[in-house]
Amino acid sequence: MTSLGARASQRGSAQKTYTASRREAITFYLCVSPWIIGFLVFTVGPMLYSLYVSFTGWNMLTPPEWIGLENYVEMFTADPDFYQALKVTLVYSITSVPLRLIVALFLAILLNEATTAVSFFRTAFYIPAVVASVASAVLWRWILNPKFGPVNGLMGLFGLKGPSWFNDPQWALWGLVIMSAWSIGGEMLIFLAGLKGIPQSLYEAAEIDGAGRVRRFFSITIPMLSSTIFFNFVMSVIGAFQTFDQAFVISTARAGDIGSPLKSTLFYLLHLYQQGFEFLNMGYATALAWVLFTIILIVTLVINKTADLWVYYEGEKGG
Amino acid sequence: MATMERTTRPITAAPWWGSKRFGEIAHGLIVYALLVILSLVFLFPFFWMISTALKPDYQVFIWPPKWIPDPIQWSNFADAFSNPLLPFDIFVKNSMIIEVGMITGRLISCTLVAYGFARLEAPGKNALFGLLLATLMLPAAAVLIPRFILFSRLGWVNTFRPLIVPAWFGEAYAIFLMRQFFLTIPRELEEAAYIDGASTLQVIRYVIVPLSLPVLTVITILSFKDIWNDLLNPLLYLNDASKYTVAVGLAYFNGQFNVQMNLLMAASVTMLVPVLGLFFIAQRAFVEGITMTGLKG
Repeated sequence: MTSLGARASQRGSAQKTYTASRREAITFYLCVSPWIIGFLVFTVGPMLYSLYVSFTGWNMLTPPEWIGLENYVEMFTADPDFYQALKVTLVYSITSVPLRLIVALFLAILLNEATTAVSFFRTAFYIPAVVASVASAVLWRWILNPKFGPVNGLMGLFGLKGPSWFNDPQWALWGLVIMSAWSIGGEMLIFLAGLKGIPQSLYEAAEIDGAGRVRRFFSITIPMLSSTIFFNFVMSVIGAFQTFDQAFVISTARAGDIGSPLKSTLFYLLHLYQQGFEFLNMGYATALAWVLFTIILIVTLVINKTADLWVYYEGEKGG
Repeated sequence: MATMERTTRPITAAPWWGSKRFGEIAHGLIVYALLVILSLVFLFPFFWMISTALKPDYQVFIWPPKWIPDPIQWSNFADAFSNPLLPFDIFVKNSMIIEVGMITGRLISCTLVAYGFARLEAPGKNALFGLLLATLMLPAAAVLIPRFILFSRLGWVNTFRPLIVPAWFGEAYAIFLMRQFFLTIPRELEEAAYIDGASTLQVIRYVIVPLSLPVLTVITILSFKDIWNDLLNPLLYLNDASKYTVAVGLAYFNGQFNVQMNLLMAASVTMLVPVLGLFFIAQRAFVEGITMTGLKG
């Protein structure tokens, strides 16, 4: 039996903690309000409005005019550039993402094996990643110059005739794929951090059991690194689907058309840019944006679903 | 134990090329040979860019190339800057205005939001934090046109406002990094300040911020790089040449009909210098910032 006084003071302190937690909640919402407001005003609101716009015909000069599903129907039935853009983006993603991950992982493994001058080599491999994609595209257009570029020059030394790269519709996209393997510094650093996190004892145990380097790589490194590979993979795919800068710079060089030569570098985002900002088909461009968003969402979800099959999470640490 | 091992792995006289020591040396040699070759491959484009940027016109389009320009033509940089159609000195100024406006806003707003998520309790907090993490996966392309519509309605096109103003309302990645960092700061210091009667804002300003300089540096540096290198947003919003950023200027310079390669390379080098300089000054912050993202994956 507690005395009356004690009960009263208990109630008082409960009330005090109640008001204290209320005050804390108010402070919390005041603190995070910039983000909540920004999210509503600059993301949710505009996206909902653009969903409406995607069902209209709108040139930004006259008011939007409701046309129902027409934009979407046109996209899938009457716009060959839409399929070209999808194809270019898909081919680029399927080739550049694995290439980038393999190069990044290989370099990270080399760095992890090295004992001296590691920071020099790490810097050498990383710095292309801080170069603006505009500058790097400008530079690679010059490196892959058909006549005076060092790549074709080197091939010439071996009696090979190098392709015309960005002037040739057959080769322009491959030029961009090669270029993408140059700026893998970020992925490499993430792999390197992942490699450093693998306990050395695993390798020692495997060595005692007589496992060679190759066996150790496939049985320890890859499984232990799978969550890092997964992260880099998802981020690279999302990035590849949104390629713009490099393709814009390459294809508008020498006052060319967007996506030139012959639409061989017409990435999805370039098509969207052209529709929205050159032709002022804002309704159609928003529909394109929503389709891209849906595609990226589905691809990300599918990759996430497959994660259970090949990603190893230590203990409960997954997510 | 030792005898056991001896019976399972009998010591046979391995040939000299099969010995463990030789294997290790060979492995080291291969690793370093690959490192040297590959680092040359990765650094070569920089050499090619700088070399071209310093060449007189008549040495640009020749094969075999003149690897070291002779004479070294420093005036290419001045010429690239004095292009009347594309005034790069103004582009640098524009880029810097946007940098300062965006980074200031991002640091202030994200510190506030991250403090809320790290320290304060409220109903709905976890759901909000989940939402914040979900926006990390939101493709930038999905909000590109919606935002453009909003800002054109507001009459903000062809001003820096569409670029700077959103930065004052937090950015998911920076908030996440800061929150992770704040969680590692011991609570005792704040509690002492609260007992002394400090307000939340004062605690953030005088306790949290001074202790968080490492993470603030990381965010400043990575933001500087991203803003400096961004092409798409300034390309959409800035129409007049007098408003262009360096990235937009370089893209248009590249698109000019009879562009001179040495001047184009000089402009590219100019664009690289600030970010590269920052990288060498603050290499650790770069590396930490990048790896912090990956380890959470």
